[in-house]
Amino acid sequence: MAAIEIIGLEKTYMVGFWHKRPKRALHPLHLTIEDGEIFGFLGPNGAGKTTTLKMLMGLVFPTAGTARILGRDWTDPEVKAQIGFLPEQPYFYDHLTAHELLDYYGQLSGVPAKQRKPRVEEVLSRVGLADIKGLQLRKFSKGMLQRVGIAQAILHDPKLVFLDEPMSGLDPLGRREVRDLIEQLKHDGKTVFFSTHILSDAEALCDRVAIIHKGELRGVGAVEELTANVQGKVEVVWQGTAIPASMKALGAECHVTGDTVRAVVAEKQQDAAIDALRRERIRLIAITPLRTSLEAYFVEKLQHSQSAAATTAGVRV
Amino acid sequence: MTARLVHIAHNTFREAVRDRVLYNLIAFALLLSGAAILVGQISIDIQRLVVVNLGLTAVSLFGVVIAIFIGIGLVSKEIEKRTLYTVLSRPVRRWEFIVGKFFGLAGTLVVNTFFMAIGVFAALFYVAHKFSAPDASILVALYFIVLEFLIICSLALLFSSFSTPLLSAVFAFSLFVIGSFADDLRGFAALSHGFTRWVATAAAYLVPNFSALNVISAVAHQQPLAGQLVVQNTLYALFYSAMALSGAVLIFERRNLK
Repeated sequence: MAAIEIIGLEKTYMVGFWHKRPKRALHPLHLTIEDGEIFGFLGPNGAGKTTTLKMLMGLVFPTAGTARILGRDWTDPEVKAQIGFLPEQPYFYDHLTAHELLDYYGQLSGVPAKQRKPRVEEVLSRVGLADIKGLQLRKFSKGMLQRVGIAQAILHDPKLVFLDEPMSGLDPLGRREVRDLIEQLKHDGKTVFFSTHILSDAEALCDRVAIIHKGELRGVGAVEELTANVQGKVEVVWQGTAIPASMKALGAECHVTGDTVRAVVAEKQQDAAIDALRRERIRLIAITPLRTSLEAYFVEKLQHSQSAAATTAGVRV
Repeated sequence: MTARLVHIAHNTFREAVRDRVLYNLIAFALLLSGAAILVGQISIDIQRLVVVNLGLTAVSLFGVVIAIFIGIGLVSKEIEKRTLYTVLSRPVRRWEFIVGKFFGLAGTLVVNTFFMAIGVFAALFYVAHKFSAPDASILVALYFIVLEFLIICSLALLFSSFSTPLLSAVFAFSLFVIGSFADDLRGFAALSHGFTRWVATAAAYLVPNFSALNVISAVAHQQPLAGQLVVQNTLYALFYSAMALSGAVLIFERRNLK
């Protein structure tokens, strides 16, 4: 059974004060997310990711289209007892402590009174906030609020979790912890639908991804499928000013800076580049991924849509 | 359903208390005790009249100000701060949210009125040194004041469901002022003719009739209150609040939370 079926969901806002004109935030979207998968919804800021999530949560009404969540009509209020949602840059009732907030949300989600307290303790511990007691949320940092946001999304043990930019506001350690948590959710049999514009997170976590830009779906599939025809790039840095001929033969773009050389090569030629340096007994300093294959695919899709838009505009003129 | 309403109402009440809304009681206590001492010294035989008038008017005004200034932010603040997203993404219906908020604010005002009522009776005891049978009618006046708060809460919520806090405050306060003169408006409608009569009559019946709920002067002068008035005012306030609340729900049910 599909966890989410989005069928032609679209949203057009009327903008302007005197002269109202339509502005399409989301073109008809068709998308299916399978049960138990981690699905990444990728796109730059303003692409329509949050609008889609808000429609699925019933916060914004679609202009057309419908969806089914966990096999039921999405407007069925009981569906919401089985889903968790983390909004982008969450903000909570700042007069409450984290325990009180989660207890309140537990009440609203129908968690039985006896189970609430241990469950609150458990999720706070899971997001690394076990020691925070009696501190009102108004005194929480952005990263701590993000953790509370994740805690409230998984509090009632939902089958399906929607996370809007879950890594936002977190330090590297926090991001690592959230990644682990998402993987743990998958391990527990949950379906995770998360939106992000940080592609490395998506590449590391997702079974499948969808790319959305300017309200239109540009691609969907497993990361390996999507990136089969595109190449990422890595930067290779070595000691000295010599550039081996075999390195040039790989098509590397080389720049000498002081007593080091920086070369950018295709991801699949990384091993050949290392071998070339070894053969010449040159000391390798660093290899850094510049653009992962998903990033390359993403950029290609965005550039394609922009050039298509420019062509259309040109034709109109 | 009922449980969710209670939880939302409880959270609204808790928020008001933690935002120190009940601190107004300190100002009220200071005002009333100062007035009682002053009145005890300067007025002869009318201490009761002055204290009851002043006390009940203060209860009403303090409550109206609180009802408007909390009520106008109940929905708009939740949208602006996006706290609503994590509530409505749970099995909470939009109407439950609005009605829960209403009961939370109404509960805050009832508790506030209870403490202020204690202040009024204490001040009365200070100037009169005893309670008499007609003082029981002060309870009826307080009950009508609570009914007035219910109407204002529902109106503030109605405006808050579609407008900005500033405009909501202006609308709610204007309706409070006009509603306080609803009887005069009805009198004017009866005396006018043609289109003016039609408009004035419509306005007189649309605005909340706060003048019918204001029995402060009658209670201060120890005039008897008809039992029928209690029934009429109760039904009127419940009907008017229910209508305003239904309007708030209807608007909020269709609102996109961008």
